[in-house]
Amino acid sequence: MATMTLIQAINKALDEEMARDDRVVVFGEDVGKRGGVFLATEGLQQKYGPERVIDTPLSEAAIIGAAVGMAAHGMRPVAEIQFADYVFPGFDQLVSQAAKLRYRSGGQFTAPMVVRMPTGGGVKGGHHHSQSPEAHFAHTGGLKVVVVSTPYDTKGLLKSAVRDDDPVVFMEPKRLYRAIKEEVPEDDYLIPIGKAAIRREGRDITLISYGGSMVETLKAAEEMATAGIQAEVIDLRSVLPWDKDTVLNSVARTGRVLMISEAPRMASVASEVTATISEELFDQLLAPPVRVSGFDTPYPYAQDKLYMPTVTRILNAAKRVLDY
Amino acid sequence: MDTVRYLDDDGKPLRDIPLSEEELLAGYRALRRARHFDERALVLQRQGRLGVYPPFRGQEAAQVGVALCLEPSRDWLLPSYRETAAAITFGMPLSKLILSWRADPAGWGAPPEVNMVQFYIPIATQVPQAAGVAHALRLQGKDAVAAVFIGDGGTSEGDFHEGLNFASVFDAPLLVVVQNNGWAISVPTQKQMKVQRIALKAQGYGIPGVTVDGNDLVAVWTVARKAAARARAGEGPTLIEALTYRVAPHTSSDDPGRYRTEDEAEAWKKRDPIDRMRGCLLHLGLWDEEKERALSEELEAEFVAAVEEADKASEPRPWEIVEQVYAEMQPDQQAAWNYLHGGEA
Repeated sequence: MATMTLIQAINKALDEEMARDDRVVVFGEDVGKRGGVFLATEGLQQKYGPERVIDTPLSEAAIIGAAVGMAAHGMRPVAEIQFADYVFPGFDQLVSQAAKLRYRSGGQFTAPMVVRMPTGGGVKGGHHHSQSPEAHFAHTGGLKVVVVSTPYDTKGLLKSAVRDDDPVVFMEPKRLYRAIKEEVPEDDYLIPIGKAAIRREGRDITLISYGGSMVETLKAAEEMATAGIQAEVIDLRSVLPWDKDTVLNSVARTGRVLMISEAPRMASVASEVTATISEELFDQLLAPPVRVSGFDTPYPYAQDKLYMPTVTRILNAAKRVLDY
Repeated sequence: MDTVRYLDDDGKPLRDIPLSEEELLAGYRALRRARHFDERALVLQRQGRLGVYPPFRGQEAAQVGVALCLEPSRDWLLPSYRETAAAITFGMPLSKLILSWRADPAGWGAPPEVNMVQFYIPIATQVPQAAGVAHALRLQGKDAVAAVFIGDGGTSEGDFHEGLNFASVFDAPLLVVVQNNGWAISVPTQKQMKVQRIALKAQGYGIPGVTVDGNDLVAVWTVARKAAARARAGEGPTLIEALTYRVAPHTSSDDPGRYRTEDEAEAWKKRDPIDRMRGCLLHLGLWDEEKERALSEELEAEFVAAVEEADKASEPRPWEIVEQVYAEMQPDQQAAWNYLHGGEA
């Protein structure tokens, strides 16, 4: 079995899907000759040619809009937006068009497409290269939203996304692209969209996270273990739909929950998940659910550690939940 | 469509130069000042003393020639990240620019006497805003213009079209300067658009479009001056396409070896805007080695002083990240501010 980084797992998933299904086309800014600014599509144009791995003009609205049209016409487009921060010129096409095509055509046309985008902070990118805009998409019925955190999941989830019959926003925490290596099987496996993963079992508190913040969440759980506290750690993997069953089952057992995400707090995925827990499990909770999140500010320039939930912030919040 | 040129590739005048000797010398100095910053900034970046930096080498004339037509306390400049040279010429202090590319909050914003909006990173977003700035200048009866910069790739964005259409409908006093530097990261201009003269796009808005040799300072300055006069006279925007070349990587994080050969860049280095302008001055008998040496020393001293000034900036305080979000701090920001001061979030 090969050991891969997250970026290599993306490349492998795209390669396998393109080989499997000639309706799959990859396009976006700089994805062809250069192989993408993060090299996610490196070598694919050489292998599949410029008709299937396409360098597009610099226009997110055209990239996403064209993906909708190609998808409606029976292709399986995988569009890359260079940074999640740059998706907004294409927001209309994604939120008002891709998400609603099935609905407004009475099921005649659909948009089975993937829009990949590097997301989140941790690379000193400042406010226009570090945002975590998943809540904008999670607020939009008709889309599916995946946020990956491991190479193994990335391959299985991206392949599921390509085969999904609805538009999938596929978010890749850029700070994890080369930070983690793990064994990724060569075979054709899928991970279902909407299923969380329990990364660590525990009985004292449930820590829920996804994407980049999984790193700090798992570190915090390890630290807690040295103090004798067994935290259960859930990686949502998909934020729309999100795996309510796994979350509620866990919190029903632990009675205490902390949700960690580097996205701004207001109207966030963390807010949705903790609100649902309060609604469904109110009488079983031993403490109010607590969110550890980014702040409701522009993502600050060069102060990533200040903005993103750190292990210390997670531990401090966990202490409040445990001591309640 | 002809390309406006005043200097040949060696800097020899091709026709009468409509600039005074004083202006020619000031123009050369502005080019050298920008180049010096760019070269030294890349060194700082490699030393880890700047963040990601987008070099502009080879594009100095295309930026400086426009900025020289503008008065910083009267006119407006809306630059993309590529336009540090325009910012320098427009009057941004070098220390501020160092801090800005160091991603230090002390580098945000311009001094009150410099009407420059902070560098725009998301592509083409500055164009509709520039149309708005220019329209506001017109509505307020100001004798002023706005200049907005964008690259060849940026013209593919919807915002480019929307901004130009708005500005032209209202005869807004706007200079839209497209630096056609051949590359949008890895995508060459011929794959970016079917039309190969960006200036032709002006026809779609009923405004003049001019293609100028972007490595010829005299040409850029002259064209921009004419466009500014037209704008001030209430006749509306002009689209200026400056033909140039990005001889350097897209940013300090880019590796052009992945998508282009260096032959093309080498050919453009022979048309270097600074060498050409020096050639012009030498031809006119306005320059010598002694002056060149003195200018180099002066520019280095200025840069060293700017770095010292930038290094004096205090460490950013954590709670600063919530202090510029609203005019008056709102509850969610107040909670974050309290937390960053050591309280509970």
